[in-house]
Amino acid sequence: MNFSYLTDPAHWDLSATGSIPNLILSHLGYTCLALLFGALIALPVGLYIGHTGKGSFIAINAGNAGRSLPTLGLLMLMVTLLGLGLLPVLIALTVLVIPPILTSAYAGMRNVDQRVVDAARGMGMRPWQVLTRVELPMALPVMFGGFRNGALQVVATATVAAAVGLGGLGRLLIDGLAVNDYSRVLAGAIVVAALAVLVDLFLALIQRLVVSPGLKGS
Amino acid sequence: MITFEDVVKVYRGGATAVDHLSLELPTGKLTVLVGPSGCGKTTSLRMINRMIAPTSGRILIDGKDVAEQDEALLRRSIGYVIQHAGLFPHRTVLDNVATVPVLLGKTRREARNAAYELLERVGLSADFAKRYPAQLSGGQQQRVGVARALAADPPIMLMDEPFSAVDPVVRAQLHTEFLRLQQDLGKTIAMVTHDIDEAIKLGDHVAVLRTGGRLAQFATPRELLANPADDFVASFVGRDRGLRSLSFDSAAELPVRPVDGIELDEAGRPLGLPGVFTKGDSLRVVTDLVISSPGGIAVRVGPDGAADGQVSHHELADYLASRRR
Ligand SMILES: Nc1ncnc2c1ncn2[C@@H]1O[C@H](COP(=O)(O)OP(=O)(O)O)[C@@H](O)[C@H]1O
Ligand SMILES: [Mg+2]
Repeated sequence: MNFSYLTDPAHWDLSATGSIPNLILSHLGYTCLALLFGALIALPVGLYIGHTGKGSFIAINAGNAGRSLPTLGLLMLMVTLLGLGLLPVLIALTVLVIPPILTSAYAGMRNVDQRVVDAARGMGMRPWQVLTRVELPMALPVMFGGFRNGALQVVATATVAAAVGLGGLGRLLIDGLAVNDYSRVLAGAIVVAALAVLVDLFLALIQRLVVSPGLKGS
Repeated sequence: MITFEDVVKVYRGGATAVDHLSLELPTGKLTVLVGPSGCGKTTSLRMINRMIAPTSGRILIDGKDVAEQDEALLRRSIGYVIQHAGLFPHRTVLDNVATVPVLLGKTRREARNAAYELLERVGLSADFAKRYPAQLSGGQQQRVGVARALAADPPIMLMDEPFSAVDPVVRAQLHTEFLRLQQDLGKTIAMVTHDIDEAIKLGDHVAVLRTGGRLAQFATPRELLANPADDFVASFVGRDRGLRSLSFDSAAELPVRPVDGIELDEAGRPLGLPGVFTKGDSLRVVTDLVISSPGGIAVRVGPDGAADGQVSHHELADYLASRRR
């Protein structure tokens, strides 16, 4: 195996366009935007369905449908409809992260011990207080699981951006393949894998900070 | 005072859980609702704090219809304890106890300070304050549940099978402590249990419900044991009710003879006897001693432990018979 592309300091120059740090930044940019839009759409829907129990079939089917949808195919479809640019990439990646976030938000809420919710109401919490002070904090561990899953998927899949002319670590794979530079392809694969691990570690840290220690082991 | 006025609850699906219940739970007293499983105890209790709405009839607290009060404010003014404690797993013991005061507008700091005192009241040291519910035993969780219900010093407490999830030894201990606490606090308590012994031990009054949600009898424990209203109550109360009713009768008036034939030490204390009684004990204790002691004799001692009289099998039987007349 040839690590020369990865270890060449010239490829780590932040100021050079197309350098590894630059590609990491754009890769993270797509990832964060997709997670943000995905969460904005999926969290309210998943929480609402989980809280009320209305429309559970949506949450369950969203999970299944999402898993079977090919992101690259969706991206190509979007490009033919909308033309090249950031928007089709963001749509494809957002569609990818919606199912795990929605399903876990739903499952997290469903999992909340109803006796505890009952006690909260019985003590005089109003519905909004029950939701924000009891149900949400108790649903957080499961919700984090789904969010981390979505983050892993999108970090791995954001490489498709390069297929439609954008940046991200996919550039190393596609350009490397185009010119038979396998050292570059290897560098892309390694950096994507490392980035996925780092992002997951980062989210694990956040989880430790925001999830109550009392919920450990549940 | 909590008043049930001709309260009916019919669930959708047609089950009548509570059937024309009229009942008064006196202020400052512990009233136990007891009956077989499914007889509507929980439903009755939860209509008091509006967790369930009656189909018809009214429930009044000190003359005010609960249906006309703000739901959340009403509930904050009523302590609520449920079977598995229902503690918030994501909050520390201290913050669980502080819940209602915070809802009522106390700062977290004030509420926590007060919570420390409450933990002590229910027999938990300050070491428990920072723990999470999952790190407590069932009995400890139940204590926290009681402390949490007491935190805002509500005049009324509702308790649904508060002691039934713990083992008998812990339960007996919780009973004793709880009675002592109630003696200090004098809350108006409605407690639900399916355990008639618990009802008799704890209740100032006992309401026996029968399946179908009808009131079978409302009486003091003593009255319930002495005069069950019908066969249902009699069989629910149990076969040894005669003996158990003796636990409400003091031995103070029981005549004794001078000690005779009992070996005593220099201080006049009986030697080698399994048990003795005092004037403060109940007739049930004396009966038990008389039955279990080898000679059929129970010895009474004074405050200093010195024997001051004895009573035999026959004398006790005569006394019990004379009380009947
Ligand atoms: N939410 C409900 N919907 C329908 N029936 C119910 C509901 N809750 C209780 N019941 C029925 O009402 C009756 C009384 O229930 P409950 O008050 O819980 O009894 P208890 O506490 O004495 O065991 C039972 O027959 C029970 O099945
Ligand atoms: Mg019940």
